Amino acid sequence: MTGTVAPDTLTDAPLTIGGRSFRSRLMVGTGKYRSNGEMVRAIEASGAEIVTVAVRRVDLDRTKEEGVLYHLSPDQYFLLANTAGCYTADEAIRYARLAREAGFNAFVKLEVIGDRETLLPDTEGLISAARTLVSEGFQVLAYTNDDLISALRLEDAGCAAVMPLASPIGSGLGLINPYGIRTIKRRLGTPVIVDAGVGTASDACVTMEQGVDGILMNTALAEAQDPVVMARAMGLAVEAGRLAYLAGRMPRREVAVPSSPSRGMLE
Amino acid sequence: MNELGVTVNGEPRRLMGPATLLDLLARLGLDPRTVVVELNREIVRRPRLGETTLADGDTIELVHFVGGG
Repeated sequence: MTGTVAPDTLTDAPLTIGGRSFRSRLMVGTGKYRSNGEMVRAIEASGAEIVTVAVRRVDLDRTKEEGVLYHLSPDQYFLLANTAGCYTADEAIRYARLAREAGFNAFVKLEVIGDRETLLPDTEGLISAARTLVSEGFQVLAYTNDDLISALRLEDAGCAAVMPLASPIGSGLGLINPYGIRTIKRRLGTPVIVDAGVGTASDACVTMEQGVDGILMNTALAEAQDPVVMARAMGLAVEAGRLAYLAGRMPRREVAVPSSPSRGMLE
Repeated sequence: MNELGVTVNGEPRRLMGPATLLDLLARLGLDPRTVVVELNREIVRRPRLGETTLADGDTIELVHFVGGG
């Protein structure tokens, strides 16, 4: 997926996934905020259009409380349901079908987790679930690790996007394997969205500089001291990183090259 | 009229039948537009809720979207 910048407007091409186009390359989650008000303000400040939601049992003791859709209108945001908390392909498939039945779209952020401590993906289960869901007409955005082969298999399975992690979910460790992410982006034709582990604005900027198509983050905003300000920072960082990538950076060197002329020095 | 024993979201409940899934949602104070219903591991689409009758021993899951990453 290539991008071009119109020189007079400095605007990027839209992000296109599963036939839908979006202006913002920043996607955000809706979990862990201290309040719904803070969540709404942060998401607005981020400029994100795509927000993720989870699928859970209705709490039958609290049916009068407003759900997340009361605070984030499906008319204003593109709801991307996830299969968070699923540890088998069957579980994830079940959750994806339930999410689709809610009636907003057939997109799903597919998670099949392999380990509770690291929340790293179970690649075997993930690829199996992806194949099934793709065959049922889902647009599958697959949360995966930073391994090229897994990414290629997910692309082969027909995923609408591949979502390699920067570092473990909620870790805030930033981009720990830039080489792996760059390699995935170089080799895949499918959109690459980095999901998980981004902690602060520089992480987001560096990640976009690898050439990826977008970023999904949640904890970086929800656990910031001021989520609204951090959301604005992240929106800017994603734009800055994207523009820096499209601009084509200068080469790195191990020696110095002066920036001021060598000629014309005084005797 | 007969008493039904069903499981809803993992908890046993008793209710008087005959009752449909739509009746169940109403009794629980839930809006069918915001809830997805699974009956014995099969999704029941919204238009069918009013015509799907509950049986003794049924397992029902009621899910919705919540905040998440």
